[in-house]
Amino acid sequence: MKNLLSAAVIGLGIAATGQAAAEPLKIGMITTLSGGGAGLGMDTRDGFMLAIKQAGNKDIEVITEDDGQKPELAVQIADKMIQSDQVDILTGIVWSNLLMAVAPSAVAQGKFYVSTNAAPAALAGEKCNPLYFNAAYQNDNLHEAMGEYANKDYKKMFIMAPNYPAGKDSLTGFKRYYKGEVAAEVYTQVGQTDYAAEIAQIRASGADGVFIFLPGGMGIAFMKQYSQSGVKTPVMGPGFSFSQDVLPAIGDAALGVKNSGQWAKDLDNEANKKFVPAFQAEYGRLPSIYAVQAYDAAQLILSAAAKADVKDTEAFRAELLKADIQSPRGKFKFNTNQHPIQDIYVAEVIKEDGVLTNKIIAPVFTDHGDAYAKDCKM
Amino acid sequence: MTLSRETLINLILIVLLAAVPFVALGIGQPFYITLATRIAILALAAVGLNLVLGLGGLVSFGHAAFFGIGGYVAGILAAHASSGEALMFGLAGSDQMPVIWLVTLIVCGIVGLAIGAVSLRTSGVYFIMITLAFSQMIYYFAVSWPAYGGEDGLSILVRNRFPGVNSMKPISYFLICLGMLIAGLGLFSLIRASRFGAALQAARQNAVRVAAVGISPYPIRLAAFTLSGMITGVAGALYADLNRFASPSMISWHMSGELIVLIVLGGTGRLFGPVAGAMLYVVFEFALGGLTERWQFFLGLILLAVVLFARGGLLGLLAGKARHG
Amino acid sequence: MTIALAIEQLLNGLQLGVMLFLMAAGLTLIFGVMGLINLAHGSLYMVGAFACATIAAWTGSFWLGLVASLAAAAAAGAIIELTVIRRLYDRDHLDQVLATFALILIFSEGTRWIFGSFPLYLDIPPLLQGAVALPGGAEYPLYRLAIIAVGAAVAIGLYLLISKTRLGMRIRAGESDREMIGALGVDIRTLYTIVFALGSALAGFAGAMVGALQSVQVGMGEPVLILAFVVIVIGGIGSIKGALIGAILVGVVDTLGRFLLPQILAILLPPAQAGLMGGALASMLIYIVMAVILAVKPRGLFTAHG
Repeated sequence: MKNLLSAAVIGLGIAATGQAAAEPLKIGMITTLSGGGAGLGMDTRDGFMLAIKQAGNKDIEVITEDDGQKPELAVQIADKMIQSDQVDILTGIVWSNLLMAVAPSAVAQGKFYVSTNAAPAALAGEKCNPLYFNAAYQNDNLHEAMGEYANKDYKKMFIMAPNYPAGKDSLTGFKRYYKGEVAAEVYTQVGQTDYAAEIAQIRASGADGVFIFLPGGMGIAFMKQYSQSGVKTPVMGPGFSFSQDVLPAIGDAALGVKNSGQWAKDLDNEANKKFVPAFQAEYGRLPSIYAVQAYDAAQLILSAAAKADVKDTEAFRAELLKADIQSPRGKFKFNTNQHPIQDIYVAEVIKEDGVLTNKIIAPVFTDHGDAYAKDCKM
Repeated sequence: MTLSRETLINLILIVLLAAVPFVALGIGQPFYITLATRIAILALAAVGLNLVLGLGGLVSFGHAAFFGIGGYVAGILAAHASSGEALMFGLAGSDQMPVIWLVTLIVCGIVGLAIGAVSLRTSGVYFIMITLAFSQMIYYFAVSWPAYGGEDGLSILVRNRFPGVNSMKPISYFLICLGMLIAGLGLFSLIRASRFGAALQAARQNAVRVAAVGISPYPIRLAAFTLSGMITGVAGALYADLNRFASPSMISWHMSGELIVLIVLGGTGRLFGPVAGAMLYVVFEFALGGLTERWQFFLGLILLAVVLFARGGLLGLLAGKARHG
Repeated sequence: MTIALAIEQLLNGLQLGVMLFLMAAGLTLIFGVMGLINLAHGSLYMVGAFACATIAAWTGSFWLGLVASLAAAAAAGAIIELTVIRRLYDRDHLDQVLATFALILIFSEGTRWIFGSFPLYLDIPPLLQGAVALPGGAEYPLYRLAIIAVGAAVAIGLYLLISKTRLGMRIRAGESDREMIGALGVDIRTLYTIVFALGSALAGFAGAMVGALQSVQVGMGEPVLILAFVVIVIGGIGSIKGALIGAILVGVVDTLGRFLLPQILAILLPPAQAGLMGGALASMLIYIVMAVILAVKPRGLFTAHG
């Protein structure tokens, strides 16, 4: 029994090489490796581990565990990592609801949390915390970018998202920048896979553009059904619905869709030119945005660890804030609420050598922060 | 009075559970206290379900509804206590566990009465499915109701308080939960031995005969269903406080399934079945989850083997055939 | 609201109903003949979709994929019937729920093991691509019309099978008295395996057809499974006719609810609020309908027997 449990404690982690001298920096990665959202978690883990491997720093230990996309399991793992493994930093959670279950109590216990994806509004605004960093974006950012982009060509937009907080944030973000008329604002069921009723409404609405935020399987189903419906109104959305992991399943129905992102694999900078081939060589697939965000989160932690001891919270935090990294996204710095300030682009889905992928067509925002930073008092 | 083999095993189980935190502290693995707390809470939830499922023979596939309601009562009261805003009808929130438990009992009692009144008109597969339908209804309501976090769930920033105890200390909280579990077990065994319990079990074995002696099974089952929901609800409130988080996933049909699994793993209808089942389940989940990402595959195999070949569950293996039904 | 929109939404409801019928027919048949409650029915739906996507990707033909989905789901059904399910016939519902719950875990995680976590690609065949014009000026996807037609054909086929063939006679006999037909020399074990494989094949077929429209991924069967249970409970468990009527009722109520409730609420509330509340209410609607029906008729609309 004890052996079994201690084997479990080590988990998938990379065991520290027995250096007695320096106390290794312990990072607990909680991410989704089983269940429907496992693809995102695997990209998160692989992107993160690529940076760790490239750094070759033997004093960093990463313990990885699967949350199965269940909040209560994530909390349990976080408790275990904090109490038994005594990690210094937690990271890796993909979903906002899991993050809200873990991060506030982790930082309350004096641990750093560096988010690789989820970025709910609450933690960017009033409930921001000196120990909470987000290396990805703020949830609203990509939706805001599409709102700004839609101003150019579209007078009347049909907007749609699942009926949950991230969905509401999405449409709020879109409307924050979109100045035209909103034909209808529709909230669909979480996990819905048949969009016939909504497509009929789009057809009847007379809108000249459609904005959707439907992550994962929901977006795949919508796009396939939409392409069959005979409705020709152009579709756009945030990058998550059209990232590298879902494009193959949507197929040609995705061609020509405009979507926003803070990274694309053809982004022209030195770090990106090294990152994309390195990821492909290591894992045999194209990286997604989740891999990039996790790669940057690892880089941030590595950069701070090189200059400060994590036990010295203030010093370590100051080093993290400098964001002294070469991001594949290009420019990257932290805002006052410790969320990124970065450029956001609009990309179009194209076919390149028979593979569907995104190509950047234009920048929408440069040095874009978020709307909640002003509410953050630190 | 000599101890029966089952009573002896029951004693060993509860002593084992109670000892875990002290051993955990001794070997410097305080996290095991959290696991033990989880076991106690899940066992309490299953004790509630065992009342209808084990004694009454009514397979409720919707007890996650009560578990979730309990969780949300804890979360909502705590949220209002910390924000200072009044709840409906000018009532204030509360961060006192006894108050939260009382409110949970009342709310789950009302909901249980309503769900039971409709569901118990049906039987067999219809009962399984209508209880599932009610919990799905509440699930979708929780997911799409924006006021308390919807799909994102509701965080409890500081664990609610218990008079005279520092509930934030893992071991104190474990003892609170263990106390509630023992109270739940006590209530269960009182009910089982009472005339009410006898009628409930008789209605399971032969409803027609019970009716023939002038006892109507419906009110008895309704009372049992309501009581059972109340117990599971309190477990939900404890669970939310353990995780400092209430979420719609507490109400999902997987949760209802897991509660049934706990009972059957341990031994259906037995007093300590839920305890044994919860111990097995949590240890499986933790040990297998650490070894392989595919742990659900193996959990499925183990479960299948228990249903097909070890019908009495763990207690059936250890203590022999059940005395009853 | 225009007439064209109303017609389109009704067709959408009908199409959802027809798809649910394919699932519900198998479930209700299995319950009617063997008295078994099978939670793993959604897994067979998933097996059909994955088989179709795999074969379609391999051969380039959706139609071969469709054949494969029938074959794979029937084979998977027969295998689990032979190894697991037949041990459950004389067990109580509790054991059946649990064992088939365990099968869901095994199927889901096993499929993920083989195919990975990313959704598979499966597209509509070229023959059924695009939309056709409806009276009133609207357009409607050809593929959805095809699903309605196929569903109707399956309903008629099942009716003929059960009322006109020798197998159907045995199935009906099995529904009314299991011991008796065994005593009369019918090989019940084989009959059960055939019925289970038939129900599985229908589920797999539904999975493949819907997979082309939605997405082929692990866990795709679970929402459909729960809806299918709602359908058979409303219709009366064991009744094919009940399953058909229940399926269309659920399909139409769900579709119209999603579309009409926000609009009705918009009369009273601001639009964003109405959208949220309407969406919330719409997702609960079919469960409310089910509870009301069972409160009035505790054994569903069409009680098959007993």
